[in-house]
Amino acid sequence: MASLLGRFCRKLVVPGSAHGSRMVSTTSCDSEAVKSLNLYSAINQALHIALETDPRSYVFGEDVGFGGVFRCTTGLAERFGKNRVFNTPLCEQGIVGFGIGLAAMGNRAVVEIQFADYIYPAFDQIVNEAAKFRYRSGNQFNCGGLTIRAPYGAVGHGGHYHSQSPEAFFCHVPGIKVVIPRSPREAKGLLLSSIRDPNPVVFFEPKWLYRQAVEEVPEHDYMIPLSQAEVIREGSDITLVGWGAQLTVMEQACLDAEKEGISCELIDLKTLLPWDKETVEASVKKTGRLLISHEAPITGGFGAEISATILERCFLKLEAPVSRVCGLDTPFPLVFEPFYMPTKNKILNAIKSTVNY
Amino acid sequence: MALSRLSLRSNRFLRPSTTAAALPSSIRRHVSTDTTPITIETAVPFESHLCDAPSRSVETSSAEILSFFRDMARMRRMEIAADSLYKSKLIRGFCHLYDGQEALAVGMEAAITRKDAIITSYRDHCTFLGRGGELVDAFSELMGRKRGCSNGKGGSMHFYKKDACFYGGHGIVGAQIPLGCGLAFAQKYSKEEFVTFTLYGDGAANQGQLFEALNIAALWDLPAILVCENNHYGMGTATWRSAKSPAYFKRGDYVPGLKVDGMDALAVKQACKFAKEHALKNGPIVLEMDTYRYHGHSMSDPGSTYRTRDEVSGVRQVRDPIERVRKLLLSHDIATEKELKDMEKEVRKEVDDAVAQAKESPVPEPSELFTNMYVKDCGVESFGADRKELKVTLT
Repeated sequence: MASLLGRFCRKLVVPGSAHGSRMVSTTSCDSEAVKSLNLYSAINQALHIALETDPRSYVFGEDVGFGGVFRCTTGLAERFGKNRVFNTPLCEQGIVGFGIGLAAMGNRAVVEIQFADYIYPAFDQIVNEAAKFRYRSGNQFNCGGLTIRAPYGAVGHGGHYHSQSPEAFFCHVPGIKVVIPRSPREAKGLLLSSIRDPNPVVFFEPKWLYRQAVEEVPEHDYMIPLSQAEVIREGSDITLVGWGAQLTVMEQACLDAEKEGISCELIDLKTLLPWDKETVEASVKKTGRLLISHEAPITGGFGAEISATILERCFLKLEAPVSRVCGLDTPFPLVFEPFYMPTKNKILNAIKSTVNY
Repeated sequence: MALSRLSLRSNRFLRPSTTAAALPSSIRRHVSTDTTPITIETAVPFESHLCDAPSRSVETSSAEILSFFRDMARMRRMEIAADSLYKSKLIRGFCHLYDGQEALAVGMEAAITRKDAIITSYRDHCTFLGRGGELVDAFSELMGRKRGCSNGKGGSMHFYKKDACFYGGHGIVGAQIPLGCGLAFAQKYSKEEFVTFTLYGDGAANQGQLFEALNIAALWDLPAILVCENNHYGMGTATWRSAKSPAYFKRGDYVPGLKVDGMDALAVKQACKFAKEHALKNGPIVLEMDTYRYHGHSMSDPGSTYRTRDEVSGVRQVRDPIERVRKLLLSHDIATEKELKDMEKEVRKEVDDAVAQAKESPVPEPSELFTNMYVKDCGVESFGADRKELKVTLT
């Protein structure tokens, strides 16, 4: 119930077409003090609160000292000192490894990887060390205090190495959690939950929304639970599942579909690992159709996992094959980005063909 | 008379020691064809680690120094043009400019052949030009056009030139280092006496993969020359804040190293010549090029939040590579000021023409999105919105 109230309690400004047409849905706000913030400011607030409430928490990574390349860490070094907020040299493997070590001694390490595209040198540390530490030590040790933050996703002109969505690689690793917020308000709550969660979390932030998404964000300390998906739009004909920046595109497709008489239910997964199967299952049992959309390439993307699981659970209730509208199976292109991306029209076409199956 | 003019004109940075052919200024030859050897002394001595530094006297010629000037002017002009193209949104994505560091590209080329391999980071426009790349191919690639050196699919960070053994431009910091040592490995097998120059920056110098590559290259005596382009800032982080030991030429530990004034094209040439001989006989060597970039890290970085404008203009006044060569040319009477200015005007026109030509090139065909992922006839299927109707199978 609280989540229902929360859902109606904000004013969301979302990015529209490349020419900046905006869509605003305003609803009444309740009495908590809120402030209009964009995504990087919301993340910044969450980090301030995290460092304030736990004296043994640290934020480090490349260039975080002056505020970071996306300004998510502004003001932290000035407020909490260079012993708690500091820059590292250019070595992702080292950064994550150090974070695991700090966390293993009971601290909270909030580590930043400058772009998700650069997370691969740290992949071994995350998969082989962070994810398995508790398991292999029989619960003697753990690095639950580790949170890895990285900006991910397309940004319009990022090309091969500033646009990748690597979430699928990490969803394949039992032992870590993967969390992706869709908006400023969600980001603050989810980040605080991730930092305080007693498991290592990889937190991907949609970089396209850093400045573009503006929302009323409560100023106090609040957490949004992990592994709980949210139905952000109710409908009866088809269930759409997504996360991060892709949700705004899907929402527009839902609006267009509504004009053609198709009622779409839209679910924000929020946590990809472990993901909330029950919510999606309940929704698909109601609508009988499922469409998943993500920016990452379609083959082996996380949509495949959702599709397979839902098929197992809802086979007899499905009216049509599960549809996946995703990035193409190519490296993230430079000039061809508009062709690569799962755009609103692709989603709309897929909605229609699924409903008319 | 010539000698007195020399002493009047030369400043404390250039001390020409001997002129093998001292011609009176009344008889002046055609500047561009004179290959009579001249010896110039570098302003700054080399610092060495585990090896004997090469001599400071560099053998060159009028023609060569003049070509340095022209090539560097062309590179400088290209980068400035790229700057304004980026600002007018014709170049999108990321653009990392090399102006200030031109001496490295031209000096290296003067010491090696086109069969020696070069591999570098994302700051690769001038290296591409040095390898014989055409301006129009560079601009086309920057703007994502078909005419580009990577067919418009790579962009600023991914310039390549196979026929000149230029193994490109890499976006991921440090990733090119083990790759470069791998190229050297292959060259060793081929026994053709060619080497690989692997360029990386001071930021990448802290990557683990550098040390892995150094160890293997040294263990197997590979003809690999690792060149650290130390422009003193890894994006916004100064070297003293990111490296315990900013003596990058010593960080090879058991691998010999040389520190070079990277703003002096002749010093770079000498060092690269020395390094190539060394690598063919004794295995890997690290060269640290002390250089500087005028622009920020990329076009999104103003370059003034982590260093003062005075610092940048100071380097421009005192160490600019093109100005140094200009002074050399003037003091040695190889060219007059007017001739050099005319050359710069020609270069400017060359660049403008190339930009105009590049603008006319079309963007790649949409089907190019799917090509070159796998070799032909391995097949790639891509799916449309619903995967039932649109199946593009590549043969």
